[in-house]
Amino acid sequence: MTRHRILGLGLLLVLALMPVLTDLAGQPAFLSLMTRILIYGMAAASLNFVLGFGGMVSFGHAAFFGIGGYVVGFLFFHQTEGTLFLGLIPGTSQLLITLPAAVLVSGLVAALIGTLALRTGGVQFIMITLAFAQMIFFFFVSLKTYGGEDGIIIRRANELPFLNMRDKATFYWVVLAITTLFFLGLRRVVNSSFGAVLDGLRQNERRMAALGVPAFRYKLYAFVLSGMGTGLAGALMANFLRFASPDMLHWTKSGELMVMVILGGVGTLFGPFLGAGAFMVLESVLSSWSEHWPLALGLILLVVVLGTKGGLMALVSRLGGRK
Amino acid sequence: MSVVLSVRGLRKRFGGLVATDDVTLDVAAGEIHALIGPNGAGKSTLVNQLSGELVADAGTIHLMEEDITGLSVAERVARGLGRTFQITSLLDDMTVMQNVGMALQAHEGGNFRIWDAVQKRRSVWERAKAILRDSLLTGREAALVADLSHGEKKQLELLMAMAMAPRIMLLDEPMAGLGHLESQAMIGQLEKLKAQTAILLIEHDMEAVFALADRVSVLVYGRIIAQGSVDEIRSNPAVREAYLGAEDELC
Amino acid sequence: MILFVEQVLNGLQYGVMLFLLAAGLTLIFGIMGVINLAHGSLYMIGAYAGTYVAAQTGSFWLGVPAALAAAALTGFAIEALVVRRLYARDHLDQVLATFGLILTFNQSIILLFGRQPLFTQLPAGLDGSVMLLPGLPYPTYRLLMIAVGLLVAVGLYFLINRTRIGMLVRAGATNREMVRALGVDIRLLYTLVFGLGALLAGLAGFMAAPILAVQVGMGEQILLATFVVVVIGGVGSIRGAFVAGILLGLVDTLLRAFLPSLLRQVMPGSEADALGIGIASMGIYLLMAIVLLVRPKGLFGATA
Ligand SMILES: Nc1ncnc2c1ncn2[C@@H]1O[C@H](COP(=O)(O)OP(=O)(O)O)[C@@H](O)[C@H]1O
Ligand SMILES: [Mg+2]
Repeated sequence: MTRHRILGLGLLLVLALMPVLTDLAGQPAFLSLMTRILIYGMAAASLNFVLGFGGMVSFGHAAFFGIGGYVVGFLFFHQTEGTLFLGLIPGTSQLLITLPAAVLVSGLVAALIGTLALRTGGVQFIMITLAFAQMIFFFFVSLKTYGGEDGIIIRRANELPFLNMRDKATFYWVVLAITTLFFLGLRRVVNSSFGAVLDGLRQNERRMAALGVPAFRYKLYAFVLSGMGTGLAGALMANFLRFASPDMLHWTKSGELMVMVILGGVGTLFGPFLGAGAFMVLESVLSSWSEHWPLALGLILLVVVLGTKGGLMALVSRLGGRK
Repeated sequence: MSVVLSVRGLRKRFGGLVATDDVTLDVAAGEIHALIGPNGAGKSTLVNQLSGELVADAGTIHLMEEDITGLSVAERVARGLGRTFQITSLLDDMTVMQNVGMALQAHEGGNFRIWDAVQKRRSVWERAKAILRDSLLTGREAALVADLSHGEKKQLELLMAMAMAPRIMLLDEPMAGLGHLESQAMIGQLEKLKAQTAILLIEHDMEAVFALADRVSVLVYGRIIAQGSVDEIRSNPAVREAYLGAEDELC
Repeated sequence: MILFVEQVLNGLQYGVMLFLLAAGLTLIFGIMGVINLAHGSLYMIGAYAGTYVAAQTGSFWLGVPAALAAAALTGFAIEALVVRRLYARDHLDQVLATFGLILTFNQSIILLFGRQPLFTQLPAGLDGSVMLLPGLPYPTYRLLMIAVGLLVAVGLYFLINRTRIGMLVRAGATNREMVRALGVDIRLLYTLVFGLGALLAGLAGFMAAPILAVQVGMGEQILLATFVVVVIGGVGSIRGAFVAGILLGLVDTLLRAFLPSLLRQVMPGSEADALGIGIASMGIYLLMAIVLLVRPKGLFGATA
């Protein structure tokens, strides 16, 4: 436990110093890669919450990612236009408002999708989550006011009091702080009473029913929490890219989030972050090497799925000499 | 004696097969009501309807005079119905202690809390410890369920069901696959449990049934062909014909 | 009215295409319990192989065996090398491995054929129209597609209901353990079913080639609609795949054809078009939501 804590604090220190280190090394691009890794890490960890801890294979999480991004986009759009969203809600570019709004809206949509998708399970659940995500994708494509297929350009990142969010390093530190809080919160949820019940449901739903635990509402709750976390990541990503577009909800994005989870290790707390890192590094290395990098990625994925069990986290703990 | 569980005219078909055919029976407080019958008679199917996993085609089920026919599994459990599974069904990735803890936690409620620490729910873990201390699984608290022997799993099933403090327990062949000594121990336990909860006992082991049961129902092809005390069932010619006569076919 | 009939026929044509894909997919789900995202790739491979051979030989008809052979061979290869290892795995592994297959196939096609779409020339005799009703000419080729789709449906019906293999397939879709217990060579059955699914996907791909652009990504586009068909029809049900396929083909086509002009009655043109097309693209998913509310297991899914 203490060893974990020391490792964690050390890692946090290195991450906090990252802007300085990349500056010294003359590699500013690396800082933006790190920012994206942290953001995708949160999205992947949120997906892993239903997938690894809850045993629900959602193939539609890009929807929540995109919704989070679009909430930021909508609010920015209406602020610059000086109009009201749906004639009701004024725009804003305050991060302290846009982030909670993104989390809330993603959670609401997750509640809707979850209510329908959780009426079944297994293979149907996968297809239904995928289908609803696709529906939301088409929804955003059809919104001509907000750029349709092209999406919304967010000219300035959202503001935080006293901070210059245009500064790459400041933005990174804000993302790092949010990621740290997110991680601690996630750990808390996993170790809570609810987390234990969710773990039980993943292992044996029939047994849990015999203990008087109705699966549906617990799974729905987990699905909503997961959608909220993914929406948070999406909102940050829209701020980072200064752009929200249907690409964020493309079904391949859902696939990529799943790939991150399995690369890092399903059902582990830290794995998805490692997986996001591995995926982003892999992507940037492979794509600088050949435009046909998805071919290599596809083959790597096949090898990882068919050939290994447990992803990078298993590797880390094996190297660490445990188990 | 007050009736805890009352079943009237229960029916269930699987396609052309009538698995439960107009079953009527009562289980009273403080009694063990045994349900016997050859393999495939429909005993597990009946238990699954009583527990709510299967929906009956017709008939009613009352628990403490409340109609529970349309309730879900979880709702029935909340009203005091407990069960064990013929083929053990446990949380395999967890330890023995965690399994018992889960039963207690489920019974206690408050499980939508995402900000507490389950490890610190003292009432749960202290009771779990106490339950295990007085059980045959003492010393095995930290073992993973996946590593338990068959007999130990059957024990754990029973402990988890009892941890919920049910008014009635449906025990689906708790002795199946146990060795002679283990069976004897289980008989002793059930004898004691009787004081705490009514029991519907499904069992193949005649010795056990005749030792334990206050009342016996005989199920053949989904239909109850005889009901009565142990002595009445023993001497009933129809039962001997349909059931005991075919004893070598039993498993 | 004429326009409506024409669109209904278009819907029917899209519907049978969806059926050809969904039939294989639903059997693979139902019998093997495997979710195969690469089913769309087989459709794409059929389209490319058929189009390529047709262009090289100058004969459209030679494209048919080429498409079928390429899809079936790829199907057998996928089954033997990848899917067979996934039977015992959980759905997550199946999704990811077959997602890997999609990436691999798409890039391989780009390497072989480039990113430019391919087009297929229809043979003489099929490139014209038939006068169905006075004032209603309809493309001969599309009629042929509908006919082939219905023929395959009838053929599958006989295969499933009247043959020994069909009996095993039916048994397998409802009770996998049972078939295993009967001592049937389950491996062979799986390979055959997978091959059949691949064959139908390849056929659909090549049939669609002359009316669509043959390009990378075509497989995923139709795969997503096929999933909706399978969910609405009920996993494992061929009949469900047929009914839901036709239903979705019609709903999708009619919404796309008529919704924008209906909306134009109440709002300005460009917005009406955008919104109309948007809602039309969401139509099949909304339909799925409604079906799920009423029948969570689909129209013809096992109710137990
Ligand atoms: N889900 C089901 N679908 C079809 N038949 C079933 C199902 N469950 C049980 N049966 C059949 O019902 C009969 C009774 O089974 P069961 O209740 O398990 O018997 P028992 O527990 O008395 O051995 C058997 O013939 C069995 O094959
Ligand atoms: Mg039984």
